[in-house]
Amino acid sequence: MRTAHEPAAPAEGPLPDRQVALIDLLDRLLSGGVVLTGDLVLSIADIDLVRVSLNALIASIGEQNPAPWTADLPVRDGHEG
Amino acid sequence: MTEAVTYAYAVARDDDGTLATELSGLSGVADAPVRLVRAGRNDGVVVAVSPVPAPDFREEALHAHLEDMEWLEAIARAHHRVIEAIAAHGTVLPLRLATVYLDEERVRLMLDDSREEFADRLAELAGLEEWGVKIYVEDAPGTEDPAAPSTGADLSPGRAYLSHRKAQRHAREDAYRAAQRVARDVAATARRQAVARAQHRPQQGELARGPGENVVNDAYLVPRPAAHNFRAAVLRTAEEAPGVRVEATGPWAPYSFAASLEAEPAKKVTP
Repeated sequence: MRTAHEPAAPAEGPLPDRQVALIDLLDRLLSGGVVLTGDLVLSIADIDLVRVSLNALIASIGEQNPAPWTADLPVRDGHEG
Repeated sequence: MTEAVTYAYAVARDDDGTLATELSGLSGVADAPVRLVRAGRNDGVVVAVSPVPAPDFREEALHAHLEDMEWLEAIARAHHRVIEAIAAHGTVLPLRLATVYLDEERVRLMLDDSREEFADRLAELAGLEEWGVKIYVEDAPGTEDPAAPSTGADLSPGRAYLSHRKAQRHAREDAYRAAQRVARDVAATARRQAVARAQHRPQQGELARGPGENVVNDAYLVPRPAAHNFRAAVLRTAEEAPGVRVEATGPWAPYSFAASLEAEPAKKVTP
């Protein structure tokens, strides 16, 4: 599990005061909202949302933009305890 | 000028033209202006759209972009900004992120086909707002020092370690049980004050802010007048639950309920 490091205040974005947490937003934008079908340039059904959200929510926030807490990965080992 | 396609954000009502006025000057996805598309037979139901550069929003490019975290965040925040601006004016039916049409005429045709259904859903969502409720099991205290001799010096270092680990494990099990109680209390509160529930996957990974482990990540649809009490009641559920933290976020536009309101009424508060 996480160690006792403070999860340093995320220093992303120039407007920290108004920021909704990105992960809360992505929960809603990638799985919520009306899905339209039909005459779209892009049918959302064509997007591999599992892949997108895995990338977005779990795997990475981008190497060029490392989070301050990357050294502190929550290791979900299966043999905890 | 670059060729443009049409990015669609949401469906809303603009019976008197005030929404159009309020959205003028707002910058949407790709810094584009936000406009309203009206149905052929104008009955007040509109779709908010922006012209966006085709090279970035055609299918292949969009696929690649959506896996670029920086790009995804920019588009997500812009989308949200427009949804919030509409929500400040009235009921909004958000569309899924990255709904892109070839041009506004295609959007108009879609609206012509679906406007009755949209109007019905807008009416159902009127006066309701979404609240997020997340329940966390916090990290057990003392995890950073597993070798600390917890009880008397009469234990060998090995035994002391095992005894300490055992205590930690029990604390964690207690915290999970407490989290289950909190989840039940939240559900009971919701039965009184919310009209629908949607479940999201618990948050994990680097974007999850923690601290602790997110075990419940739900959204509730709450009548606006009840929202204050709902939030307070939800936050109270963790007061006597050591090791458990509850967070409430909102109010949100009804993202988690836009599509599922009539399709999945079964989602309403299940144990």
